[in-house]
Amino acid sequence: MITLSKVSKTYQDGRPNAFQALKAVDLEITPNQVTVFTGPSGSGKTTLLSIIGCLARPSQGRIHIDGQEISSLPERFTAQVRRRTFGFVFQHYNLIRGLPVIENVMIPAYPEGVSPRELRSRAAALLDQLDLTDMKHQSVELLSGGEQQRTAIARALINDPSVLIADEPTAHLDSHLSASFLTIIERLKIQGRTVLIASHDPLVYQSAVADRCVELQDGCVRTDS
Amino acid sequence: MIWINRQRYYLDFILSSLGRRKWKNASLICVYMLVVFLISSMTFLAGALRREADLLLHESPELIVQRMIAGRHALMPVDYIADIETIRGIQKVIPRLWGYYFHPASGANYTLMAPEAFQHDDAKVVIGAGVMRTWDPGPTGTLVFKSSKGGTVELAIAETFESQSDLVAADLILMSAATFRQITGVAPGWSTDLAVTVRNPREIQTIANKIVDALPDARPILKSEIQRTYAAVFHWRSGYIIVMLSGALLAFVIFAWDKATGLSAGERTEIGILKGVGWDTTDILMIKFWEGLVISLTAFLGGTILAYGHVFFTSAFLFSHALKGWAVLYPEFHLQPFVNIYQLAVLFALTVVPYTFITIVPAWRAAVTDPDTVMTQG
Repeated sequence: MITLSKVSKTYQDGRPNAFQALKAVDLEITPNQVTVFTGPSGSGKTTLLSIIGCLARPSQGRIHIDGQEISSLPERFTAQVRRRTFGFVFQHYNLIRGLPVIENVMIPAYPEGVSPRELRSRAAALLDQLDLTDMKHQSVELLSGGEQQRTAIARALINDPSVLIADEPTAHLDSHLSASFLTIIERLKIQGRTVLIASHDPLVYQSAVADRCVELQDGCVRTDS
Repeated sequence: MIWINRQRYYLDFILSSLGRRKWKNASLICVYMLVVFLISSMTFLAGALRREADLLLHESPELIVQRMIAGRHALMPVDYIADIETIRGIQKVIPRLWGYYFHPASGANYTLMAPEAFQHDDAKVVIGAGVMRTWDPGPTGTLVFKSSKGGTVELAIAETFESQSDLVAADLILMSAATFRQITGVAPGWSTDLAVTVRNPREIQTIANKIVDALPDARPILKSEIQRTYAAVFHWRSGYIIVMLSGALLAFVIFAWDKATGLSAGERTEIGILKGVGWDTTDILMIKFWEGLVISLTAFLGGTILAYGHVFFTSAFLFSHALKGWAVLYPEFHLQPFVNIYQLAVLFALTVVPYTFITIVPAWRAAVTDPDTVMTQG
């Protein structure tokens, strides 16, 4: 269970160009569900995901994961929480160019120091599940958009996180690939993972896979259904 | 085991990362290697020359007495031996005959010496193996000298000898005292200098003072003084080279700093991605440490191996004029390969350690960036 209590985030705090992206958000994320955050650009979706995923710290408020307060942990521990609890699929995928698919997938696990054999077999299994086995030695910039996204999903799952966070996952995909993405999300949900998606794509927030839809506007929760 | 696996992953990642930016890194390694090569060449050459000097002096007597006239080294009357032998503590005094001989055909200056116990007759010489390289004895196997009176003296080569020091083997010709006097014109009753052996080496300075008291025109030279002089000369020459190289060294430091601090946009993006997927600042610093170590070790190994070849296989053709001094006159000699752990440790400390650590600072500045930048970068 992830709980946000009065979470606010202000960028450039104390400066004339200060911008408050989130305003005292209270939220409880139910485990094993797909939660979609919607809202127009600038509504705070990406900021909210960054804060939940320990990529950024809230300016105010607290975040608890399974009862443990994480918003004030030192960087070393938040990195560990981020690595072990969350898997990220970024909007632009952010794969490392020049590296083959399998190495991109394994990167988040390097600091864990698992044995190379185990890590390779884990990565190979994920690539197999996502139909990327034939491409595992190919450099990522040679992949199509859908293949890059599936590589990013495999990378997000390499440490077997309980929560998958995806930011605008269908922004660069056509409707066919978007449907494939939702199929993958469905499988992850069946596996018992919690999925958090920020999207303003109706195909995502109106799909049957979404258990809950939270609409944000101007940094506040507008509707929660 | 976890720690070892982690370091292995970091090293793998860095090696592929270096490969992805191969031109930038190749240019850095080349310049770095050049600087290591220059510094190592100078260190190896100065060290090898000092060692040659030590080898030369190893067998030389503890005390040599020369005669000075008008501030110059003059021939020594053998009669002085009797005066010196009266000084208490002296074991033995031997007159030495040695000098230089310029051979116009080979354009080289050779050292002639008449050892006390020369084993062959007056018509024979024993030469260093290196003499054969420059003075062609021809099919007769003889060396022809000009005598001091104007005639020629033809001497057969009885044998050649090897030496630990090529400096000795390259120019030394041994002959009988009579032949030496015939070629050089040193008259009987005179010698070049005197080699003095003392019973107690700790009294050598006192004995030297007594010799000067007894023979005011004598100049005693202690072996330790010669060693100090050689060391000072080579240190001074090394310093001279360092001054010449300091410009190149400074240019390299600026270059390395620029390369190391100027993380490209691609490198910054990569650091952002790594932090985004769960790496922390320490992990980033660790890969940058490995990167610096790989670059500097490659340059160090390449530079020192090239320097070794340059100094010991090509006789340090780049620096020999500055460092060998008078020894650049013929005959040429090859330095015996000699590198000690201390030299390598100093070179390592001067080249690898600073680079490895200066790369950490800019990496740290990039590594402390908030990981949420990865959410917005495309």
